[in-house]
Amino acid sequence: MKVGLFIPCYINAVYPEVGVASYKLLKHVGVEVDYPIDQTCCGQPMANAGFEDEAARLALRMEEQFKNYDYVVGPSASCVAFVKENHPHILEKRDHACMNSKKIYDICEFLHDVVRPESLPAVFPHKVSIHNSCHGVRELHLSSPSERNIPYYSKLRDLLSLVKGIEVFEPKRVDECCGFGGMFAIEEPEVSTCMGQDKVRDHMSTGAEYITGADSSCLMHMEGVIKREKLPIKTIHIVQILAAGL
Amino acid sequence: MSTKHTIAAARFLKNKENEAWHDHTLWMVRTKRDKMSHSLPEWERLRELASEIKLYSNSHLDTLLEEFEKNAIANGAIVHWAKDAEEHNEIVLRILRQHEARNLIKSKSMLTEECHMNEFLMSKGIDVVESDLGERILQLMHLAPSHIVMPAIHIKREQISEMMEREMGTEKGNIDPTYLTHAARKNLREKFLHADVAMTGVNFAVASTGEIVVCTNEGNADMGTSFPKVHIATMGMEKIVPNLEALGVFTRLLARSGTGQPVTSYTSHYRRPPEGQEFHIIIVDNGRSDILAKPDHIRTLNCIRCGECMNTCPVYRRSGGYSYTYFIPGPIGINLGMLRNPEEYSDNVSACSLCLSCSNVCPVKIDLGEQIYRWRQDLDKIGKASKEKKVMSFGMKFLMERPGLFNTALKFAPVVNHLPRFMVYNGLNAWGKGRELPAFAKESFNDMWKKNKVR
Repeated sequence: MKVGLFIPCYINAVYPEVGVASYKLLKHVGVEVDYPIDQTCCGQPMANAGFEDEAARLALRMEEQFKNYDYVVGPSASCVAFVKENHPHILEKRDHACMNSKKIYDICEFLHDVVRPESLPAVFPHKVSIHNSCHGVRELHLSSPSERNIPYYSKLRDLLSLVKGIEVFEPKRVDECCGFGGMFAIEEPEVSTCMGQDKVRDHMSTGAEYITGADSSCLMHMEGVIKREKLPIKTIHIVQILAAGL
Repeated sequence: MSTKHTIAAARFLKNKENEAWHDHTLWMVRTKRDKMSHSLPEWERLRELASEIKLYSNSHLDTLLEEFEKNAIANGAIVHWAKDAEEHNEIVLRILRQHEARNLIKSKSMLTEECHMNEFLMSKGIDVVESDLGERILQLMHLAPSHIVMPAIHIKREQISEMMEREMGTEKGNIDPTYLTHAARKNLREKFLHADVAMTGVNFAVASTGEIVVCTNEGNADMGTSFPKVHIATMGMEKIVPNLEALGVFTRLLARSGTGQPVTSYTSHYRRPPEGQEFHIIIVDNGRSDILAKPDHIRTLNCIRCGECMNTCPVYRRSGGYSYTYFIPGPIGINLGMLRNPEEYSDNVSACSLCLSCSNVCPVKIDLGEQIYRWRQDLDKIGKASKEKKVMSFGMKFLMERPGLFNTALKFAPVVNHLPRFMVYNGLNAWGKGRELPAFAKESFNDMWKKNKVR
């Protein structure tokens, strides 16, 4: 089982430690993992802003980089969802049948559904509130969307149950958007900021010390609010908790 | 890169207390809806059925509408066809003139808003009275609806009390909802008694029986149609359902989705006019057949106007119905506005973080969020793309397609972390309005990997 690690642009630039934790975690659970060098971006920012065609060459580049792997695994649900949902029709216009969409996984999804580890050495004696990010929930199905009448499940909660000492909470509005939305955050800054503030406060009302989730982009947005208002809560990507002690 | 929505939303958000109240009120409706939908084990199956029935009906309009017309005529109704708003309004005026009517009492209808019918009729000397309480309040305040199901949801009782004191002579400063409702009821009762012609919207039209169905909570449609000798019912042509079995699917979904009630207080079926009275049905196209020709957006015709996409939309709740430039706000309004006139209504396309909650809440499974994503792809073609977003997108593309350049940029990015604060957090940085910028890492992942630091 050969896994190609997919590190999105902003994780590369801002949160390399999330990439490092992902690599360690995948190694630890015994998969053969490699990083195709010089990755940049999947094209989601341009596409969500309305310039989908500008993502075509980046999509082709990703196809080339990951062609020799059985799986593509990345620590960013939204970017993974973009490749899975949108690369196929973007590449279709270039007469290319997308392969990545069939083998790409968010790292939580991959661990939960494919590797299925029964234990992890991680210890994290803290209260955390799970951030159920929109694309993770509604496109990758990492948890049951609150709108749907289907039995509750959460792949993130299942994975966190392997961590010793942790206490897990969820906000009242369990999967309401944090207001990031790519360029939405700067095109509609007032609404976006308000959504971010509301979301952080909802997480804080659980008594958690950390907000954790599968999407660094949402965490980055909430971190911006937390730092601006100097709020007593921190953000941490779920892989950093799962890889604690590795 | 502000759109009209951005600017109006910023204005709405200036009154933080009001925004929080608006958000909370609509979220409460969403919560009630969740309770209701979770109480039906077959909920998801119902949504699937409803979606399929609508897709079937809207692709068989030619036969279903004719079947409906045939049965309605056999029942004694008079059926009219209107290709657009103008024809619709003319038909209504003609009926009113035939009966020498001076006033019209109507229940809530988004279609008459779409056709700007009230303004038209009033300009011809007809007194139009809205009988839905929310619509009546707005009519007396000279305001437009801010929500399609709860049209006056943005107005507080203090404002209503003031208006009613002025219009109906109620006690100054009395904001007791029961008192105000009784006063409004008394005032409307007079209007009901002296109405010449009644008008209702149509929630569903049943092809197999030729009947129409109107859902209200106040019974105002029933009250309105009880006194006058003429009833005009007006419907968009996508209101058709094949038969009563199909109807049952929608009546189970409508109120549960829209307001979190098991069913609307009144679900009234109108089939035959009483002896000596007239029952007119107007079937309106007004752009609907054009939507049939757009496969990417055809599902918008599924809409049963429950309004739940507004209640769940985190942007709508925090920006209010008036921040949108189309008369229907929220996710469905963004889409319907673009279908009406993309050049005119493109300002609403920014009002979406692509969270996709609307698509999941929709009882007829319209892919609302996905369609907004698709509209964004079209903005540049019609010259309505944001210049700044275009520059950023092309800049990013240029950078990302050149890994060497990207790696160099990553190397120098941490410099930004050390810039003086006034250079980073000025008016030019929209992110900085309420959030600190993320700090770039000293070493990127690409760099760490090459230096063999990832193990």
